[in-house]
Amino acid sequence: MRVIEEGKGELVGWHDPDENRRWIREHKSHALIDKRTSLQEAVSSFVHDGDFIAFGGFGHIRVSMASIYEIIRQHKRDLILAGKTAVHDADILIGSGCVSKIEVAYAFGHEMRGLSPASRRIVERGECQVIAEISNAGYQWRFLAGMLGVPFMPCRNLLGTDTLRHSSAKVVEDPYTGKPICLVPAAFPDVAIMHVHRCDKHGNSQIDGTVVEDFELSRAARRVIVTTEEIIEEDVIRSAPDRTIIPFYVVDAVVEVPCGSHPCEMPYLYFFDEEHIAEWLDLSRTDEGLRAYLDKYVYGVTGFEEYLDLVGGSEKLNYLKEVENYRAPMRAPWLDRKAKK
Amino acid sequence: MVEEDYTQTELLACVAAKMLEDNKSAFVGTGLPMIAAMLAQRTHAPGLLIIFEAGGIGPQVPVLPISVGDSRTFYRAVAASSMHDVMAAGQAGHIDYGFLGAAMIDPYGNINTTLIGDPDHPRVRLPGSGGGNDVGSFCWRTILIMRQDSRRFRERVDFITTPGHLTGPGARQMAGLPEGEGPYRVITQLGVYGFDAETKRLALLALHPGVTVQQTQENSGFEIITPDHVPTTSPPTPEERRLLREIDPTGMAIGR
Repeated sequence: MRVIEEGKGELVGWHDPDENRRWIREHKSHALIDKRTSLQEAVSSFVHDGDFIAFGGFGHIRVSMASIYEIIRQHKRDLILAGKTAVHDADILIGSGCVSKIEVAYAFGHEMRGLSPASRRIVERGECQVIAEISNAGYQWRFLAGMLGVPFMPCRNLLGTDTLRHSSAKVVEDPYTGKPICLVPAAFPDVAIMHVHRCDKHGNSQIDGTVVEDFELSRAARRVIVTTEEIIEEDVIRSAPDRTIIPFYVVDAVVEVPCGSHPCEMPYLYFFDEEHIAEWLDLSRTDEGLRAYLDKYVYGVTGFEEYLDLVGGSEKLNYLKEVENYRAPMRAPWLDRKAKK
Repeated sequence: MVEEDYTQTELLACVAAKMLEDNKSAFVGTGLPMIAAMLAQRTHAPGLLIIFEAGGIGPQVPVLPISVGDSRTFYRAVAASSMHDVMAAGQAGHIDYGFLGAAMIDPYGNINTTLIGDPDHPRVRLPGSGGGNDVGSFCWRTILIMRQDSRRFRERVDFITTPGHLTGPGARQMAGLPEGEGPYRVITQLGVYGFDAETKRLALLALHPGVTVQQTQENSGFEIITPDHVPTTSPPTPEERRLLREIDPTGMAIGR
């Protein structure tokens, strides 16, 4: 195949598929073993300084925020973040100094809530480096290639743009049509962390609502931590096997963390905590405010349960459940300000 | 401008909604594109198939979602699937309209949502492509909704995030993008634009009520192709405005 163009972005998370097959054979277990552990233990065992890390969910939806706070609490450093619609997760991780490089499909924004003060400031200062650009589908298909165990995935996006020129993709002449086609490299993250509605102690997981990229990402990553709203019996999995999105053999650790996506949404269970997100957006405008946020909500608590008490406890969580199910109106301070303009 | 009883945002949403045809599919981004698609579904296009990038397919969206991935995007949907599924549908040719917002645009409809300044040392970092490049690459017709001024309408953008007509006629095909598609309309607070068939450069199609051709030119960093006679868009009707309040009761995108 003739190479027509090569993006100058840094290639991260790629392995020769044969090397990755060998890694899987040596490191992954196909035995049904109990993988339940604590968040502290899961993060300290499977997230290492310098890892290429990706999170499940999308934007502020179904994100394992509990594990993100734990990563910050354990002072992980030099992570390379997959910025696949990374929003609150990326903002707070970059803000806390855990991330030194990011490949960006979407980051530094909070969709309708505006741009991210913290991560933008840190990236513009050069303390976290954007090493490559890509699009959402481009990232999705990097994981698809990883899951398939092939070196790349051909696709028809990115072509002709600066996004391609700053990506790690290549353009080649397609041997079938003779037309230019984009090849996105496989991505095998060192570790992926996803939050699910329920799973059994082995890691067989069910997700309600859209699965976004979790199907492919969980199979492409070398290590997978699943945090879950609840742990269910294996029999529940076996009585509805068509509902399993993530199979146990790709999962390395299972941690039960009710409300583990807070302040992000968990479809059908609880809505975005817009008041908390607004507090983060306000405080993170300055380095001092950012530190105050982390001191209060991350370093100042022993774990996620204490954090939940601090953000409003059961009263707040019940309210978020009501909003998610259309029984109460959303309270959003950023919206009030926007409307006044 | 004449005194109006509607806002610019309401006008944009109504003009955009009218472009969407019944029983066609539309890939919809955050904010105004969502409002426009929901309005189309509640007026002339009840059979509009709305598709969201996180996997929501064919929802009957109850109130304006905050994100293209939240649970409102698959409320009473025909499927809650995955990003792979909907992006694949786009690449395969299933998506008629792509609906995007943009920070900066050039005469060929190329969009920048990545950065301002030198790409290697940007002055301002913006969010990046998100699904933008994919929508601009895959959908048959891309509609852009954005604010127009001379800083946003530029002869060259600092970074081409999402492909428009690239450098002109035939350029998309040369680059390997799917044939026969590309940017279709640009809607701003001043008017509606299309692309000249011969040059693929931006061309004025209609002005909003009270806006002059001169204003469209003053608010652009490049020359806009302008025909001798330019029609005027119709202002929002009271019924359309009522529906917009129903769709966005908190005024998230439409204002209060």
